[in-house]
Amino acid sequence: MIADLTQIVLTLALLVVLAMPLGLYMAKVYTGEITYLSFAERALLGPAGVTPKAEQHWTTYTLSLLAFTAAGFAVLFLILRFQHLLPLNPQGFDGLPAHLAFNTAISFVTNTNWQSYGGETTMSLLSQMVGLTTQNFVSAASGMAVAAAVARGLASRQARTLGNFWRDLVRSILYVLLPLAIVLALALVLLGVPQTLDASVSANTLEGAEQTIALGPVASQIAIKQLGTNGGGFFNVNSAHPFENPTAISNLFTLISILLIPVAFCFTYGRMVGDARQGRALFAAMGVMLVVAVAGLYAAERIGNPLHAGLIDPASGNMEGKEVRFGIVGSVLWAAFTTAASNGSVNAMHDSLTPLGGLVAMLQMQLGEVVFGGVGVGLTGMLLFVILTVFLAGLMVGRTPEYLGKKIEAREVKLAALTLMIMPIGVLVLAALAIAAGTAQTSVQDAGPHGLSELLYAYSSATGNNGSAFAGFNAATPWHDTFLGIAMLFARFGYIVPILAIAGSLAAKKTTPPSAGTFPTYGPLFVTLLVATIVIVGALTFLPVLALGPIAEQVSILAGKSF
Amino acid sequence: MLAILRPAIVLLVLLTALTGLAYPFAITGLAGMIAPNQAAGSLVVRDGEVVGSSLIGQSFTSERYFHGRPSATAAADPTDATKTVEAPYNASASTGSNLGPSSGALKDAIAARAAALGLEPAPADLVTASGSGLDPHISPAGALAQVERVASARGLDEAEVRALVERSIEPRELFFGEPRVNVLALNLALDEMKP
Repeated sequence: MIADLTQIVLTLALLVVLAMPLGLYMAKVYTGEITYLSFAERALLGPAGVTPKAEQHWTTYTLSLLAFTAAGFAVLFLILRFQHLLPLNPQGFDGLPAHLAFNTAISFVTNTNWQSYGGETTMSLLSQMVGLTTQNFVSAASGMAVAAAVARGLASRQARTLGNFWRDLVRSILYVLLPLAIVLALALVLLGVPQTLDASVSANTLEGAEQTIALGPVASQIAIKQLGTNGGGFFNVNSAHPFENPTAISNLFTLISILLIPVAFCFTYGRMVGDARQGRALFAAMGVMLVVAVAGLYAAERIGNPLHAGLIDPASGNMEGKEVRFGIVGSVLWAAFTTAASNGSVNAMHDSLTPLGGLVAMLQMQLGEVVFGGVGVGLTGMLLFVILTVFLAGLMVGRTPEYLGKKIEAREVKLAALTLMIMPIGVLVLAALAIAAGTAQTSVQDAGPHGLSELLYAYSSATGNNGSAFAGFNAATPWHDTFLGIAMLFARFGYIVPILAIAGSLAAKKTTPPSAGTFPTYGPLFVTLLVATIVIVGALTFLPVLALGPIAEQVSILAGKSF
Repeated sequence: MLAILRPAIVLLVLLTALTGLAYPFAITGLAGMIAPNQAAGSLVVRDGEVVGSSLIGQSFTSERYFHGRPSATAAADPTDATKTVEAPYNASASTGSNLGPSSGALKDAIAARAAALGLEPAPADLVTASGSGLDPHISPAGALAQVERVASARGLDEAEVRALVERSIEPRELFFGEPRVNVLALNLALDEMKP
């Protein structure tokens, strides 16, 4: 218990200590105060025809992002579909079927990294590197660009532009993602993560059997899939695989990498809008929710499964689907971090979490991935809730709501309120559709309420752009590949386009200095209101269906019933 | 429109070259220089032959060896490619059981494993499938629970085997992780003690 608590506290402390300076550094990257890699910037932006001073209106900024994503999708789809015709395919894997290539390409360009496939049994080395690793960088950098643009918009006065997407994209990679990934990848190699172009090695075991051990350029992919809140593993079981995550220290490094940039963005934001308190308020709101999630998951997994009482030493907790080297606490921290951030990598099988542990993981995604969330887009998702919160607070006191001195008017509130429909449509409507069509019933692995949980988790993960799974669910069918793909696409741009529109409209507004009647958007009162808004919206939307899934399952196992 | 399409295509190509080719190849090159053993998979060689990886568990069924955790990995059925057969510790297709907490199949499997061990309650790691199906470790309790069986199968003194297990326990790393025993390393040491 003390050893567990120590690990939790040290992990969280180390995360914040590293994220704060990174956040301030990132602010300087996006404001152009740091230029030591300007030669590389020019080398990339020059051939692309982007001039150093080019600025974009929010519509052009958005169109650039959409065009870049579309191009990335097309290239990735073709690589996956035709990997059998391309080099670096030592195992001779076939091209992916169309629905799987479609799903996977969308999954990686939207920074979701939902995997309907097992990496080591499906993907050629070329697909893993040129296809997937590239998108791990650029989809993350696109999300970071959005956050930079939104922060710039809120900080500017009567401005027509939000910056330049191409410059933000390139800077995110050159100054942030690539250096961090190189350091992390090399650290992981030292800790035991393979990095080789050999696809496998054959061993003759002590009992004389042949064991074929899958290998590959693992470390380079793991580093960026963690840092970019991507989450798509090299191997089927992701970071539970001893080659992706061999020791408790590699676990610590990769665990912190999940939340490092999302946490840093709170401080980047405070710096960019010129008021560190605004960033700290967002950090506090997200931090409170994360700590509650860690505590909930820890309690659920530590107590374990009442159905197995008498069979399993009660001190062990729920170890099904977990690895000995991480134990309960290392697995629980990961499950909380990966569903808070829209990372989606796993170091334990979420399908085998206790019902309440699984509920916490699912709910964090259903809240809209705003508990730090994906790199960049977690922050902007939270800003949508900030707008709703100041609007609600404005209603209570009867004043026009303001945020950072900008009047929040009907257009902004409508756009923000519209995004509240994304999670219910992606999760509830699409899951209901799958049930009505009968495709849910054939894909679930477990009977009873857990089957519903598997379905809900899949659609929550896709719509939250998370990518983790209750992996017993067979998503590799034409129906689910297609609809999960649609959910990922709809959610990614359903949030990004409105927040860029809001940023564009707020950028154009005058900034009025705070008066006695201004409702401060920092401090404990605001943080409480913000958290309450998020929790109430999430709970109202999802409590009924959660009662039918994980809650019903918890009640069943307490009553000694299995399925 | 061209003003948007040109940078989209040019940057996609250049960033693919940078992040999808230069980055993984540079890391591969550097890894081979700074840590060739780890980069190649931490292989364990005995008498000039690769017997496994120190990071990857392998299947032990003989009474003379310590056993690892239950593994849910499978392999393609040699007689029917559309089906799979149980293949514990298949290191080319990692997977967990993914059975949910209310699963009857999970409960039955745990009960059967505990009964086979003759331990009720059993240490959790010996009766539950690992996440990867390739977990190289068991808990110290899980190793100690097997001492009697292994000692008698090998005709070794129980105290001697117990002492070997205790020497093989790896502590937490700094404050992190859990105490554990690497099954392959323990069994190699056991073979060395009495082949």
